[in-house]
Amino acid sequence: MLLRAIPKSVLASTIHWRNTRLINTIPAYPGHIPLNPFENAFLAVGSAVMSLLDPYRADLIAALGETTAGPALPRLRDIMLASPEGRQILKDRPRISTKTVDMNALAQLPESTLGRTYKTWLERTGVTPDSREPVHYVDDPELAYVMQRYRECHDLYHCICNFSVNVESELAIKYFEFVNLGLPLAAISAIGGPLRLNAKKRSVLFSEYVPWALQYGSTSQCLMKVYWEKRWEQDVEELRKELGIRDSPAKWSKKSMSTVASAAVANSVDPAPSQSSS
Amino acid sequence: MSLSTNLRRTLSCSKALVRCVNTSSDPQHPKTTSFGFQTIPEDAKETMVKSVFDSVASKYDLMNDAMSMGVHRLWKDQFVGDLKPGRQRPMKCIDVAGGTGDIALRILDFAREKYADRETSVEVVDINEQMLKEGLRRFKKTMYHNTPQISFHEANAQSLPKDKFADDSYDLYTIAFGIRNVTSIPAVLEEAYRVLKPGATFACLEFNRVDNPLLGTLYDQYSFHIIPLLGTILTGDRASYQYLVESIRKFPSQPDFAQMIRNAGFVTGKDVDGGAWSNLWGGVACVHTGVKV
Repeated sequence: MLLRAIPKSVLASTIHWRNTRLINTIPAYPGHIPLNPFENAFLAVGSAVMSLLDPYRADLIAALGETTAGPALPRLRDIMLASPEGRQILKDRPRISTKTVDMNALAQLPESTLGRTYKTWLERTGVTPDSREPVHYVDDPELAYVMQRYRECHDLYHCICNFSVNVESELAIKYFEFVNLGLPLAAISAIGGPLRLNAKKRSVLFSEYVPWALQYGSTSQCLMKVYWEKRWEQDVEELRKELGIRDSPAKWSKKSMSTVASAAVANSVDPAPSQSSS
Repeated sequence: MSLSTNLRRTLSCSKALVRCVNTSSDPQHPKTTSFGFQTIPEDAKETMVKSVFDSVASKYDLMNDAMSMGVHRLWKDQFVGDLKPGRQRPMKCIDVAGGTGDIALRILDFAREKYADRETSVEVVDINEQMLKEGLRRFKKTMYHNTPQISFHEANAQSLPKDKFADDSYDLYTIAFGIRNVTSIPAVLEEAYRVLKPGATFACLEFNRVDNPLLGTLYDQYSFHIIPLLGTILTGDRASYQYLVESIRKFPSQPDFAQMIRNAGFVTGKDVDGGAWSNLWGGVACVHTGVKV
């Protein structure tokens, strides 16, 4: 009886409103998981808490980055669009993994090149470029690529700044990334990360690494517009000068130096393809 | 017993025969079943469910607490409390899909605390080895470990081996939050009928339909928006929890499931809340019971 008093048009539009969704739920790219604003906030808070409790949950740190990126990703995309090299990256959408980058070829390059330095860095730290979580929670496919590119180039930022992968070095790179790229995740990690360090490591971080990171991060060029794959043969010191990075304060442990020596021996034993073809 | 029930029993006795019959009659359209909201070939469901439970086993109890905010404990307490195991005499119970041992532990504790009964035994049966391992670990912390009161068996609820699980041998058959994961619910119900003694009880605790529209909307929002994210945050596994909430929606309604229980030969109460089934929290969980006569 009460329903009959309400005009049909109002009733129909109310029912229509109840049946519509607040967000488009069709995935925009493989692996895309659309989230509504509430879910986004929930995941951001949940992954922040959980990754503080268990820092080995790289998938949650990735989720935190994606849910908190906000306006940082369009800003980075526009910076990339403003440079010819960045535009080329957005056009080609290159990926960095052991399948797309020829690691053997990098190992054959002369020692002072970027490619060889990167390969050596991977060996010293024991990191592989294949373990990056794909992007899930960014809605625009191009911005999702920008996020993915950031994740895959993160190791190269370590390499170009000559830092290792222990916790202080990771945090130093996060400070660097925050001033260089502007991602909120970098700020969140920079604030939350030091809580897990002991006093000695914290003092090294804040007295040496952070001032360096803040100074050179803000004055050097935006690292997202560097097309690393086209610069493997470039001399690494020349690249550092071009980007504006120098005098890295990083310290490497003796154990990682011995890994370098054994890797060098292994590389010299492999026959170089250029020699066999001549 | 009707012709259709007899025919179904004969067919379900031999899975190979079913496949043979199926393919010879209609090879172009293999029988399908639901896996959450997806439709998959029937043969694939067991493997897919296995991989879900292999993946969730180690954090199963934690996730249950997180998703239901601890309420699943109240449901399980009420489930076992209403059954009153050990009230008349020590019972031989079988807890199917009982992997981590929640129900088995409650049965043994109830019998011991209320009736000073240390002869009641529970055999925990599960198809998934990882879940059984978690159950064994949990029971090592209790007084029942290495006693005849508890034992763990890996078996398929749809076809319990006749040598280990003889006809007419159990006083109580329980299955909690497991029956919606099986490929064929009627097969499980028929096996339950087979192994129970005449006069024994079949009891099933499962998620079911919520009738109240307000509670239903809240429940849906919570299920589809919060639970997969809890899965991502706590275990890094969104897909398993997406399967979980979808499989709840695909389960038959309260009266339909009561009818399936009757089809297997059990006698149930009337088709009302409080008769053949009893809703907990408005239908979010529900206890169905039947008696073998």
